[in-house]
Amino acid sequence: MNIDNIKKQFPIFNNKVHNNDLVYLDSANSSQKPQVVADRIYDFYTKEFSNVGRSVHYLAVAATNLYENTRSMMQKYINAKDPNEIVFTKGATEAINLVANTFGQKFLEEGDEILLTELEHHSNYVPWHYLRKLKGIKINFAEINNDGEITIESIEKSITPKTKMIAITHLSNVTGAILPIKEITSLAHSKNIPILIDGCQGAPHLKLDMQDIDCDFYAISCHKMYGPTGLGVLYAKKKWLEALPPYQGGGGMIREVKKEGISFGDLPNKYEAGTMATAQVIAFGESIKFLNQIGIENIEKHESELTKYGEEVLRKNNSVKLVGNPKNKGSVLSFTLDGIHAHDIATILDEDGVAIRAGHHCCQILHDKLGLTATARASLGVYNTKEDLDKLNESINNCKKIFDR
Amino acid sequence: MNLKELYQEIILDHGKNPRNLKKTENFNKDAKGHNPLCGDKVHVFLKIDENKNISDISFEGSGCAISMASASIMTDLMKEKKENEVKELVDDFLKMIKDSPEMKSKIISDDEKTKLMSLSGVKQYPMRVKCATLAWHTLTSAMNNSQEEINTEKFD
Ligand SMILES: Cc1ncc(COP(=O)(O)O)c(C=O)c1O
Repeated sequence: MNIDNIKKQFPIFNNKVHNNDLVYLDSANSSQKPQVVADRIYDFYTKEFSNVGRSVHYLAVAATNLYENTRSMMQKYINAKDPNEIVFTKGATEAINLVANTFGQKFLEEGDEILLTELEHHSNYVPWHYLRKLKGIKINFAEINNDGEITIESIEKSITPKTKMIAITHLSNVTGAILPIKEITSLAHSKNIPILIDGCQGAPHLKLDMQDIDCDFYAISCHKMYGPTGLGVLYAKKKWLEALPPYQGGGGMIREVKKEGISFGDLPNKYEAGTMATAQVIAFGESIKFLNQIGIENIEKHESELTKYGEEVLRKNNSVKLVGNPKNKGSVLSFTLDGIHAHDIATILDEDGVAIRAGHHCCQILHDKLGLTATARASLGVYNTKEDLDKLNESINNCKKIFDR
Repeated sequence: MNLKELYQEIILDHGKNPRNLKKTENFNKDAKGHNPLCGDKVHVFLKIDENKNISDISFEGSGCAISMASASIMTDLMKEKKENEVKELVDDFLKMIKDSPEMKSKIISDDEKTKLMSLSGVKQYPMRVKCATLAWHTLTSAMNNSQEEINTEKFD
């Protein structure tokens, strides 16, 4: 795997930031885009554009085929059983809202419980919170251990006879903990509880096999997978997509509309109301090709080596405290510096061209638990190198220099 | 280098050792402010006497060096100021942070102006302007007895 060649496919790295080479360490927030993805959007709009699934003219048929082709590619990429188990959404956030809303409507009653974890991103908490208001359900949080992990024991302990859904992250966007989702799924199913995985941080970095994991729902954010913004994927087992009511109503998702009533279309249209993010879906096909060309196993290996290297470098730096110490860790390095607030760190690093994120990373529950108001986070993508992490460390030392004047 | 301008010594000094970081005893006005994007929090306490003078002012909170320094310098400056002077100074400061090259108010010394101007480094860092203004908006809210928590996302 030649990182130089991979990096060359990302035109953003031709630009300078404050006269420095860009060291992009914010891929957990959103990844950069390869040229092929940007080109595909441009080509679609300039040479092939039409709305999909509505007209019979040449362009409409071609666009529909392209759109459906990405669905099939995604099905294969995550080894789903059926292409109709792939629903396009505007992001992982909408994917989770779709499940919370429709599952809540149909299956939840006052007193029922949802089990989340303390690691969850706000987008895997707030949609369930609406049901707390609307239906009087209760939300429980499985607790992290001292290393910032969620163990199967912690989940098991938090399940009650009233637990009706378990919704957990695959990979924490703060501590980097990778959850044992296959074991948790099997535990959930042994108690007849469906499970949703927030796969935002899993999908760009780890090999996925929906039939092997056996989860009921898996939410994906395409813009973190070297794909366009405004697009997400909900994987859901067919039995659920058939059993749940539609989410949004509108064109494209109906079978028959009469003044007296409406019948809804088949999958996957049932959940794709209105004109979808067509160009993004088609361009996302290029992201999947890009990932396949490198091979997700190679990406996993590269990023895991880098993460270990990053941990080593930062551990040697006495003023750095890493947040969480999970045994099975994805490519996220969150840290604090003694006496320097995360936002000051991010501003100073930025001057050196080092892009990181500072704040609570949409995980206030976790930060409260850790007793921190903000952390700095460096997160990795396929284009990162050990030099990037050395640069991060140098720049951190620069923070200290500025603050110790 | 811009960074040296942003993190001037006086800011680092106030940021690391904020003055008036406590809760004024027998305060009679207060307000909370919050910057939801970065989590900076400040709670301003005022004691205003019968002549409408600020006899004591303090704050509690946590945040970046800029927000702590700004609250620290502001509380130092506002002691013994009259209500109407506070309003004038807040407006003058916010104008300076936004677009004015200097502070115009005549009620403070040149030394004090220089101190406040040290916060003007944030002008080059649009994302950080709110760190510098949070305490000032919160002070206004306390003066107005407004019960609403200040939220920097609601200001332009
Ligand atoms: C763990 C996690 N869940 C959910 C989201 C939201 O994803 P999206 O931006 O696709 O709505 C993110 C991204 O910020 C995330 O990191």
